[in-house]
Amino acid sequence: MKKSGPFAHGFTSVQKTMFLVLLALTPATVFNLYLFGWPAILLFIVTVGACVAVEAACLSVAGKPVMATLADCSAILTGWLLAMSLPPWAPWWIGVLAAIFAIALTKHAFGGLGQNLFNPAMVGRTVMLISFPVAMTVWVAPHPLFSAGAPGLVEAFAITFGGSIPDTMSAASALGHIKTELSRGIPVTQSIGQMPDLMDMALGYRAGSMGETSALLILAGGLFLMAKRIISWHIPASMLGSLFLIAALFHAIDPTHFTSGTFHLLSGATFLGAFFIATDYVTSPVSKSGQIIFGIGVGLFTWSIRNFAGYPEGVAFAVLLMNSLTPIIDQYTRPRAFGRTRKGEPLPLEGKP
Amino acid sequence: MKLFPIRGGIHPEYRKDLTSEKAIVAMPMPAALYIPLQQHIGAPAEVLVAEGDLVKKGQMIARSQGAVSVPQHAPTSGRIMSVAEVAAPHPSGLPQKTIILEPDGKDEWGDLPEPIADPFAADPHAIHERVAQSGIVGMGGAAFPSAVKLNLGTQKKLEILLLNGAECEPYLTCDDRVMREYPGEVIDGARIMARALGTPRVVIGIEQNKPQAIEIMTRAASAFPEVEVVAVPVQYPMGSERHLVQAITGRETPARKLTADLGIVVHNVATARAVHHAVRFGRPLVARVVTVSGGAIRQPNNVLTPIGTKVADLVEFCGGFSARPESVVNGGPMMGQPLASLDAPVVKGTSGILALTAEEINDSPTSACIRCGSCVTVCPCGLSPVDMAAFIRKDNLDVAAKLGVMDCFSCGSCSYVCPSHIPLVHYFNYAKGVLRELESDRRKGERIKTLAETRTIRIEKAAEAKRAALAAKSKPAADAASSGNAGEAKATTEEKVNA
Ligand code: SF4
Ligand code: SF4
Repeated sequence: MKKSGPFAHGFTSVQKTMFLVLLALTPATVFNLYLFGWPAILLFIVTVGACVAVEAACLSVAGKPVMATLADCSAILTGWLLAMSLPPWAPWWIGVLAAIFAIALTKHAFGGLGQNLFNPAMVGRTVMLISFPVAMTVWVAPHPLFSAGAPGLVEAFAITFGGSIPDTMSAASALGHIKTELSRGIPVTQSIGQMPDLMDMALGYRAGSMGETSALLILAGGLFLMAKRIISWHIPASMLGSLFLIAALFHAIDPTHFTSGTFHLLSGATFLGAFFIATDYVTSPVSKSGQIIFGIGVGLFTWSIRNFAGYPEGVAFAVLLMNSLTPIIDQYTRPRAFGRTRKGEPLPLEGKP
Repeated sequence: MKLFPIRGGIHPEYRKDLTSEKAIVAMPMPAALYIPLQQHIGAPAEVLVAEGDLVKKGQMIARSQGAVSVPQHAPTSGRIMSVAEVAAPHPSGLPQKTIILEPDGKDEWGDLPEPIADPFAADPHAIHERVAQSGIVGMGGAAFPSAVKLNLGTQKKLEILLLNGAECEPYLTCDDRVMREYPGEVIDGARIMARALGTPRVVIGIEQNKPQAIEIMTRAASAFPEVEVVAVPVQYPMGSERHLVQAITGRETPARKLTADLGIVVHNVATARAVHHAVRFGRPLVARVVTVSGGAIRQPNNVLTPIGTKVADLVEFCGGFSARPESVVNGGPMMGQPLASLDAPVVKGTSGILALTAEEINDSPTSACIRCGSCVTVCPCGLSPVDMAAFIRKDNLDVAAKLGVMDCFSCGSCSYVCPSHIPLVHYFNYAKGVLRELESDRRKGERIKTLAETRTIRIEKAAEAKRAALAAKSKPAADAASSGNAGEAKATTEEKVNA
């Protein structure tokens, strides 16, 4: 017998939530796996598998139920997002190391699901980027499966497990290209001409990590999650809005140094970040007003890092920065209690809040 | 009428169609009735009968004790079998003092007080008096003595009597049926209550998922310009007093105040009908409509049930169980209490008896909080259940109290939406219990401290007086000061959905 009410429960569960997020990621993932071919597929399998294995190991060390907890799919989701934020042709050990950082050191060292301060996938990616800047910035142009010049399965094994990417295949990501050119004194207005046009960027025909390409499919997945009420508009809208506005403002002031708002929205991991990373329940604020502050923070930091820091892509850093502020944001954005002022005092009798 | 939004809330599966089209039926008199002395908030009633006494229907068998209490009446004619300890309709299942009555089958009314000829010309005190005598309590589940709430008009200037017909709990349809079948009695009762309260207006709030009730009540109210029926949105917990007041008037009741402080008093529709019976016919509250429903009940129904009927007898009348119920609940599924035993009786506050299957309850093992924030979004009180629960889990009740756990009225919305199935309400009930206890201990401690301090002062004064006497050698010792201690009155507001 159930001892306390309510004697009814909505049809939500952790597993169902995670499953819907995976479902929302599927179109973009399938398309990108197709685009980057066998090496990407191998890396994806290795990364997700490593996350699940590390999760199982951590759970058994901590003496928690292994199978029951694995069933919540959260390790799969972390691995999935991690794989989408790595260069698709990165060697296998990048995926495995990133998985260890993400699951063991970011999640379980803090007490497991729900306890971590930082987004595991973003920690995994960022630690890799700092530790192995070369391996983490080798991008390739899309080589769709079965197209001419695309690596077959055997070559793919050599790329993923042997660590050799033919030089001719590498390419720069859009943000990286603009940054490099800018450092050589070539203004944005000129370097952007050599870029795939914005439509191609949106569709995904460009170099980058899987999650950075194909903004439109990611957007579709994000809207699906909103329709299913897994995420709300607050974080994506405030993050995209603030990123767009600040980029557009500076672009208007100085177009030779600053790319346009649209470019910022469509490039890098902006959409993946807005809909799938920044919205991570565990590491973002719980109240709606807190989520808006969080989203604005991620948007502004992303833009600043892209423009002023040493790295071309800023979403991961921006998310991590805001993650660290989440407890404080939570503390200051608790909703006003019914019948009380913001300070917690009872409302005056005739006054309005 | 312009309505105002209320914060949060949920849209559970209502499952009201199980009983919403079932007309109220009276159940046959069971073999024995079990009438607890305490069916209400406040002091238990005091027994007036002894074993072997013959009583008539409506005869007072226990009288109210103190300001916040109500009397009990014999629900039918018969013989008092005993006054004994019987399982209470409470999750603990702890026994409480109960009068056991054996019906004689005649169902004969005794001498009832005279009807109040023209209640609208009568002294409001006469109406209070009658309601108090008739043992009426809030029938939406709160079971607060209605006469006390009707007296508020003598202390405050009131504007609106808000009749609560929201019935926002899933499954329950008893108020819906009462409004559809006895609209005239409900409205007459409401107008009488308005007279007692001194409110010029009566507003009847009904959730939009009861279109027939809205239509019928609107028609019945059309003869009375002061009575207005308002359809309110379907949003649990719309039937909470404070939230209904906010939805209809836009005014937010300050914490630790009553809606009456805003000039609005809320009563349930079934209570209004009971007032009608008491004032117009002198009949006390001896039966009520109970929704018997849930997936495990063979024939769900709305049953006019004598107070004191064992839940087992009521379930039997509804065809018994068709499946093994996972839980049997007294009240609605959101805020109702689990029944430890089917031997517990139906009491004045019993709006529903639900036998729910495991699928309906949809419980699962608890897993870790994923900080999804759903509980924060739905809390109609603007609390942060996730944070409060985290502190309660660490046994840090002080912080939980600062976060407002005492403002939580256990509506259950947060538990309902939590994907991790964390029993949030259970945590909050626990915390509230402990904090209340600590608070009363603290008051006790303070009282002891004051007494001790008074004593020290007295001794010091005496010593000083002695010294002075010694020094002066001529003055008599002054009398030691004595001091009393005024007990602090503690105002608690008990609130329940559909109060
Ligand atoms: S609804 Fe449950 S899982 Fe979500 S934040 Fe609240 S307590 Fe945590
Ligand atoms: S049970 Fe309490 S904390 Fe939970 S939603 Fe209701 S009022 Fe808020």
